Amino acid sequence: MKMTIPREELMTKGHTGCQGCGAMLAMRYALKALGKNTMIVIPACCWVVAIGPFPYSALEVPVFASAFACAASTAAGIKAGLEMQGKREINVVAWAGDGGTFDIGLQSLSAAAERNEDIFYFCYDNEAYMNTGRQRSSATPYGAWTMTTPKDSTKNEFKKDIDAIMAAHKIPYMATLSISEPEDFIRKVRKGMGIKGMKFFHILSPCPSGWLSDPSDSVKIARYAVETNIFPLYEVENGEKYIINKKIARKKPVSDYLKLQGRYRYLNESQIKTIQEAADKNWRSLLKKEEFPDT
Amino acid sequence: MRQLMTGNYAASYAVKYAGVQVIAAYPITPQTQIVEKLSEMCAAGELKARYINVESEHSAMAACIGASSTGARVFTATSSQGLAYMHELLHWASRARLPVVMTNVNRAMAPGWNVWADQNDSLSQRDTGWMQIYCKSAQEVFDSILMAYKISEKVLLPTMINYDAFFTSHTEEPVDIPDAEKVRDFLPGLRRGRIMDVDDPCAFGTLVAQDTYTEFQYKIQESMQDAKKVITETCAEFKSIFNREYALTEEYKMSDADEVIIATSTMFETASVAVDELRKKGSKTGALRIRYFRPFPSEDIIRALSGKKRALVLDRNISFGAQGIFCQEVLAAAGGKGNMPAISGVVLGLGGR
Repeated sequence: MKMTIPREELMTKGHTGCQGCGAMLAMRYALKALGKNTMIVIPACCWVVAIGPFPYSALEVPVFASAFACAASTAAGIKAGLEMQGKREINVVAWAGDGGTFDIGLQSLSAAAERNEDIFYFCYDNEAYMNTGRQRSSATPYGAWTMTTPKDSTKNEFKKDIDAIMAAHKIPYMATLSISEPEDFIRKVRKGMGIKGMKFFHILSPCPSGWLSDPSDSVKIARYAVETNIFPLYEVENGEKYIINKKIARKKPVSDYLKLQGRYRYLNESQIKTIQEAADKNWRSLLKKEEFPDT
Repeated sequence: MRQLMTGNYAASYAVKYAGVQVIAAYPITPQTQIVEKLSEMCAAGELKARYINVESEHSAMAACIGASSTGARVFTATSSQGLAYMHELLHWASRARLPVVMTNVNRAMAPGWNVWADQNDSLSQRDTGWMQIYCKSAQEVFDSILMAYKISEKVLLPTMINYDAFFTSHTEEPVDIPDAEKVRDFLPGLRRGRIMDVDDPCAFGTLVAQDTYTEFQYKIQESMQDAKKVITETCAEFKSIFNREYALTEEYKMSDADEVIIATSTMFETASVAVDELRKKGSKTGALRIRYFRPFPSEDIIRALSGKKRALVLDRNISFGAQGIFCQEVLAAAGGKGNMPAISGVVLGLGGR
């Protein structure tokens, strides 16, 4: 078998991420794809902590810490500054959590997408404000426990559909990525490198301390998310052309995914049924979008 | 070449002459003309800069911060609510030690809506680590922007150039536009400090614990104090090339005065007229303008006030529950110093009155 994953490591030892953190693997894979000619903007999120304290850095590319709401506009500024100095070939990356993407950072992200800035935007989505100790975000899924959706009142709303929002911006390229599928992950990031304009990547990022799961299960949970169609892997070109990367012949029931995570321990049968139906509906809708791009 | 232009267009032309590379801006009255003109200059290829039409002032400053971190020369402009919306990132620019230059056209804060001159917008940003200049004329706006780049790029702190809504922003005055080559000699674009560089990868602005945070703050304070010397030197160099004189403060008929009117921006011009009127009636009045608010020119103010009988500070702003903000600052500077006049203040001219 031919290996497609580069050996080069641009994420070094000494990061301060939690054991089993999906976002650590995500960064490692993203940098393997992007290479050294890359600059990263990180707003407030787990990763700005994970990089390590001054004067150290766990990344061997330049990093600029930005305020919470403006990863995309800061990255756009960096790209403009580089271009005006003739440095055109540098990959400028905004790397944000779900809070910095779905919630407080959505305005600047939407604007950067509308202007079609030539940047990469990665959202590592651990489905809550994990860095501040597990509070609900608009990325938190239905039925999940967090510190601000406690056991008698777990989240009653569905997760915001950020991918549909980004597709509606008609950006040149976007894709969902999973840490359980590194080959697919790296292939899609590399594909983005050949495309000028806004690139958006959405990574489901298991968080053992927030999802109340076993750190050794993180990759498995990510895989189950794909195999249950909770988090399908697909790409969208220009907001229209959908390409599903993985169609599961015998998909798993969502309960296989849910039961590995303590945050779902308060779910009753009817709620599990609701989650199953939502996943099935999303999948059917995705198939339809792939088949009929004009609808 | 002398041209008739508004304060706003004087700002636009200064940005062009300074060779700014990235502009990110969001419209707000009475600033908008500055960035409209810049957008026009970029579109015509007259100014080789990237103009980013952002969706908010927060993103305008974020984009300036990003571009400045790569070593590019950047500019934005705002007023009032827009400046308030930027507040978080004003701290960010100074603590990241980035030489961002911005004009703020002083305009009243809402509610109620009022687009006229008032300094509460910029004075509310006192502690954000920006150098602040208050200009009295379109010519001074132009000159201050050129000098601000030079000063900020040496001190590695951002500069906010303030001037009065409409009195300066929309009033046409003769402005001497210098030879572009002379400006290039004055402002060659040398920048101190580290920038984002793939060949020298560093992490900027990540975690700083209790053991070193104070040291970083100390260095900002130290730079702000050192800035006074840099400003004075830059003003001297500017004078030698362009033959116009600036300093941290400006004095009018102060040498024999026993009473002093202290004012800022266009109000100083009115104060100067008042000085002449009062002198006709036999009073020995002088006027002192505070041009730089940060770093605060305490030494120059104390020197100017020494031996005077009384001083009146005019404030087009108010710190609710206290008093006019410049008056507070003058009192703090004079506190404990010998030979100081009786200092009092009056709040006036709010919302362009």
